[in-house]
Amino acid sequence: MSAQGASAGPGRVVPMPGSDARGGRRLRHHVVTLLVENKAGVLVRVAGLFARRGFNIFSLAVAPTHDPRFSRISIVVDVESAPLQQVVDQLDKLVNVVEIGELHPLAAREAELLLVTVSADAVSRSQVIQLAEVFGAKVVDVGADALTLRFASAPEALDDFEEVMRPYGIRELQRTGRIALPKLSREA
Amino acid sequence: MELTGAQSLIKSLEQQGVEVVFGLPGGAILPVYDPIIDSSIRHILVRHEQGAGHAAEGYAQATGRPGVAIVTSGPGATNVVTPLANAYMDSTPLVVVTGQVARSAIGSDAFQEVDITGITAGVTKHNWLVTDAADIPRVVAEAFHVATTGRPGPVLIDFPKDVANATTTWHEPGPIDLPGYSPPSTPDPAAIAAAADLLLAAERPVLYVGGGVLKAGASAALAELVELTGAPVVTTLMARGAFPDSDPRCLGMPGMHGNYTAVTAMQRSDVLVALGSRFDDRVTGKVDAFAPGAKVVHVDVDRAEIGKVRRPDVAVVADCRAAIEALVAVIRGRSGADAADPRRIAPWIALLNEWRHRFPLVYDAALEVPAGGSSLDGGPALKPQFVLEQLRDATPDDTVLVSGVGQHQMWATQFWAFDHPRTWVNSGGLGTMGFAVPAAIGAKVGRPDRMVWAVDGDGCFQMTAQELVTASAERIPVKIAILNNAYLGMVRQWQHMFYEERYSEVYLSPDLPDYVMWAEAMGCVGLRVTSPDEVRPAIDKANEIDDRPVVIDFRTDSMEQVYPMVPSGASNDDIVVHPSQQGLPR
Repeated sequence: MSAQGASAGPGRVVPMPGSDARGGRRLRHHVVTLLVENKAGVLVRVAGLFARRGFNIFSLAVAPTHDPRFSRISIVVDVESAPLQQVVDQLDKLVNVVEIGELHPLAAREAELLLVTVSADAVSRSQVIQLAEVFGAKVVDVGADALTLRFASAPEALDDFEEVMRPYGIRELQRTGRIALPKLSREA
Repeated sequence: MELTGAQSLIKSLEQQGVEVVFGLPGGAILPVYDPIIDSSIRHILVRHEQGAGHAAEGYAQATGRPGVAIVTSGPGATNVVTPLANAYMDSTPLVVVTGQVARSAIGSDAFQEVDITGITAGVTKHNWLVTDAADIPRVVAEAFHVATTGRPGPVLIDFPKDVANATTTWHEPGPIDLPGYSPPSTPDPAAIAAAADLLLAAERPVLYVGGGVLKAGASAALAELVELTGAPVVTTLMARGAFPDSDPRCLGMPGMHGNYTAVTAMQRSDVLVALGSRFDDRVTGKVDAFAPGAKVVHVDVDRAEIGKVRRPDVAVVADCRAAIEALVAVIRGRSGADAADPRRIAPWIALLNEWRHRFPLVYDAALEVPAGGSSLDGGPALKPQFVLEQLRDATPDDTVLVSGVGQHQMWATQFWAFDHPRTWVNSGGLGTMGFAVPAAIGAKVGRPDRMVWAVDGDGCFQMTAQELVTASAERIPVKIAILNNAYLGMVRQWQHMFYEERYSEVYLSPDLPDYVMWAEAMGCVGLRVTSPDEVRPAIDKANEIDDRPVVIDFRTDSMEQVYPMVPSGASNDDIVVHPSQQGLPR
């Protein structure tokens, strides 16, 4: 278990370790994707199972699928704190969990969305906008001395973006947690 | 057909074949109690909802059919949480219906409102909040399906009062449609073949039989497997009776208070075939040191048990009966050098027999009773093990034995001889004190043809004894043997062994309460036994009483410890045997 995990206690949402480390990818997380029945209380059952079994959640994203009967839950799991197979097997026992898959980060296309409000006075505003353009982020709100930016990309790019913006003064920041789909085969 | 939600619920239960429910009414469940008057279902009115839950468990463990309990909302519902947790740990099929406040009041902190589906999510296989009376037949069908298939377990249906009062049109439930629930079916033939290879090549095999064998009704298949291979069997606390103790190939119970041979056979085995067992910490001791030389075959209907504690060499995800039958068929099909040959493990069996001879279950018997002597006036102490031996010998061999949790439970499983499936009802995983009295009532209701004895501790008895009022009122003739040592005995034993005999809050007094007077007050026959020579006559007298419950207050020796014992966290190799056996070569 990571130091963060140990202090945060089981089942808590803990910061992703190495999220500020650039360069080499940190592979101690897996994304578990669940297709669940779109019923009241399902998220509680899933989250409760993590708490009961002492598994850590790094991030969690939930939304309906194209079929309104089902929702997709993407959970990023710290594979050092939890035996992945045991996580998957226990989740699979939940009656509302219809399908379960786990994705190794190297076998997945991962994405995440970030909104950040950055201090930007008359002097720094153009620099912030320029950097945002470099990353492909969008300005979604303009205030007297701040900008709100939206950036969607691979989670590691979000880490970079966050770091680049930090010197200007991050006032608020919200990330959605990562979602993932398996990489497609290119063999015919 | 128009009926109320409450009528729809009762009709749905009748359609599931429910013959008896254990329950206690209250505000939110009131509408359900009206159609019970007209139902074929027998309702047994308990005195506390925990009693309803444990009685339903006893019924289920003794019969194999799901136990059903009905309680009201709020405290009624929270009182049944312990039985749900107990049933979840011991994989007992249970369907509990809780009343709930009206839908419009949910979330308003209404009188007797609790979020019982939230509270019980972690101790049920699944639970349902019924929000539409039209869903009742479907939800009940799903509930029984989930409770009884795959790895059995408890489920809960939360039933709002206005749904019970609503008018609905009855319709038969359709086929079960639970896209996220599919218990495993047939075992993988390749895994079965690999399991057969390992078992037949073994020189020191042990069949590690758990409760899954009983749940699957796999005792006959297991007997065949043993006949074919000659492999010795250990039966865990949850599996006592799955294979007869009287069979010479049965080594008895493994674990913290298992006997030396069963524990040590697993430690020295080269192939361990786990059948519906889950490598519980009370069985493995220190996991890293458990059966270090064994290749493991793990058969379980619950995939999540595979590799949870011990990584198996061969995994079979299937119902135990299907898996054992497949294994038997494969082994029967082998011939020549590949065929099963029990003679090959003869040296192993000889070694096991040597251990059995050297380390039998023993206790300090002090049986020479001076005339008129008793433990109360300075005579020989009454040993709890002696009481159990006498009880065992004085009752039919298909007697259902029920127990609470603690020293008396361990002596019961050690000194009884279980020769039939479903004759042992106890609380294994959760270790719920107070289980015995209500569970015995449930067992007797389920098996009125059998004699049902509960062995209880004085501490346990005080937790749920009020259910004997239920038993008297309903004419359920259970028999209770209190091994009254005036202590919370197992806690005392740990304080004796691990806390330098600093006894903290474990003394209960032998005669406060007066168990005989208490029993009589509850409509039972109360008897007291203080010396060894009174034991058998009292049991014989109790056995003759069939119109009311009997309670015998056995005043047993407080000093007695349960041996053998593997200290918590220690390796099974460090098993502490009875003092009289310590120092013997192992």
